[in-house]
Amino acid sequence: MITFDQVSKVYGEKAEGVKALDEVNLHVEEGEIYGVIGFSGAGKSSLIRCVNLLEQPTSGSVTVNGQNLQELSPKELREAKRNIGMIFQHFNLLNSKTVFTNVAMPLLLSKTPKKEVTKRVYELLDFVGLRDKADSYPDQLSGGQKQRVGIARSLATQPSILLCDEATSALDPDTTNAILKLLKKINQEYNITILIITHEMGVIREICDKVAVLEDGKVVESGSVFDVFSQPKTTTAHNFVSTVMHDQIPNSVYELLQKQDAQNKIYRIVFVGESTGTPLLSQIAKQYQVEVNVLFGSITELQGVPFGNLIVQFEGEEKEINRVIMHIHQQKVSVKEVLEDVG
Amino acid sequence: MLVDWQQIIEALWQTVVMVAVSLFFSALIGLVLGIILVVTRKGHLWENKYIFTVLNAIVNIFRSIPFIILMVAVIPFTRLVVGTSIGTAAAIVPMVLFAGPYIARLIENSLLEVDPGVMEAAQSMGATPWQIIIRFLIPEALSSLVLGATIATIGLVGASAMAGAVGGGGLGDLAITFGYQRFDTIVMLITVGILVVMVQGLQSTGNILSKKIRRR
Repeated sequence: MITFDQVSKVYGEKAEGVKALDEVNLHVEEGEIYGVIGFSGAGKSSLIRCVNLLEQPTSGSVTVNGQNLQELSPKELREAKRNIGMIFQHFNLLNSKTVFTNVAMPLLLSKTPKKEVTKRVYELLDFVGLRDKADSYPDQLSGGQKQRVGIARSLATQPSILLCDEATSALDPDTTNAILKLLKKINQEYNITILIITHEMGVIREICDKVAVLEDGKVVESGSVFDVFSQPKTTTAHNFVSTVMHDQIPNSVYELLQKQDAQNKIYRIVFVGESTGTPLLSQIAKQYQVEVNVLFGSITELQGVPFGNLIVQFEGEEKEINRVIMHIHQQKVSVKEVLEDVG
Repeated sequence: MLVDWQQIIEALWQTVVMVAVSLFFSALIGLVLGIILVVTRKGHLWENKYIFTVLNAIVNIFRSIPFIILMVAVIPFTRLVVGTSIGTAAAIVPMVLFAGPYIARLIENSLLEVDPGVMEAAQSMGATPWQIIIRFLIPEALSSLVLGATIATIGLVGASAMAGAVGGGGLGDLAITFGYQRFDTIVMLITVGILVVMVQGLQSTGNILSKKIRRR
């Protein structure tokens, strides 16, 4: 649906220019919700703008629906853009126009018959739950309502792709969740492919199927949300994951680490999917001569799959503890000793 | 001392005509120039370094000439346009040349204030450059444009006072010839009073209109 092939974007003169995107490769399948996460300045904005050519890639190509938009004439490009909706962090509505006119704008631009415009606009306002606000002006609306107008507007031309540029970053947590639910509904009901850029890992966890981590203009990690969350490979990905997974080791545990010795070791155990259901710790306590002490734990659901993260202390003979670790490995559960110098 | 009201009304009418006609033409010129100054700048719809630099310089040159000098300096041009270099019509030509570039700057400023995000949204919808100007830039800037027009109109009222130098007549001329040169204080006070009321009225109307457009 959307393919980035070796896309680079350089601002300014080539020699001393700033490289916003550095040979990015990315593939978004039809019907997917694809999230791109990165810190500010990582190149997210440039990346999403290269899809509908609000920014021209310096090199490489972006293919949308099998079409390289850069090869189109201005007229063909405008036509192609009608197939790509876009919503923005700051909504970018026309403050001088009513909600109705804002939503109608893409249709008015293409000179759609008036009757059809009215019908379509009310349909869209119903969908986003703002029919009663048709005659209001944007500055009479809350942030969440403005984004709903933005969403209705982006869907007016019945696009097959929706680009979300930090669409929830200016909203409070409750409103963010409501907007994310709406995006999910759009994805499921209209089968619209969604590309989201964000710096909030919560957004990725809530609705994305796949995720790419962008750092200094490069995709440093990508894959299914589940894989990246359960096994982040890079530090950046790990940092993002820990913002929503709460898998950092609490300070109290660090204090215990000081007292750690051969008979007293702390481990991190990560359960994924089915293994979350096995009574592992209880089995260990019964079968082995060790005391099990849970120091910290959290269980999150990722795309319907439970994901557990436990920090436990085993007290017992060193040999016995080693047997316990062997046992855990056999259960295909990840276990790792927590060391003082490792976060 | 007797006040010749007939004369005052005639002068008022001349001022209104000079301001209205020159506002019409200078607004036209200003709108075109202002839009060109915006869309040809770097990174805008029709980026064009040459057109922008040349226009920018021309506007600056006209803006830097004091009106009284401009009025005399363009006499040959005035004669070419209206056939005479004295009278109300002759005053309108330099007034247009004076206010046009001024309005261009005001319009340029108003249009530049429009949130770049709105333009981005317009482009993402596949709007043509013309549609962006007509349907996005101008409506979004309208409230600010009206305030600019108000300032320009008041500026023209001020400029019209100097029209007497080319025999343009009007309230300012009346105040100078009767009030100042003939020591007719009452006529001077009356004309100044009328000008004050006029300017107050224009500013209030502009404010109300602008507010109404903004709907806040």
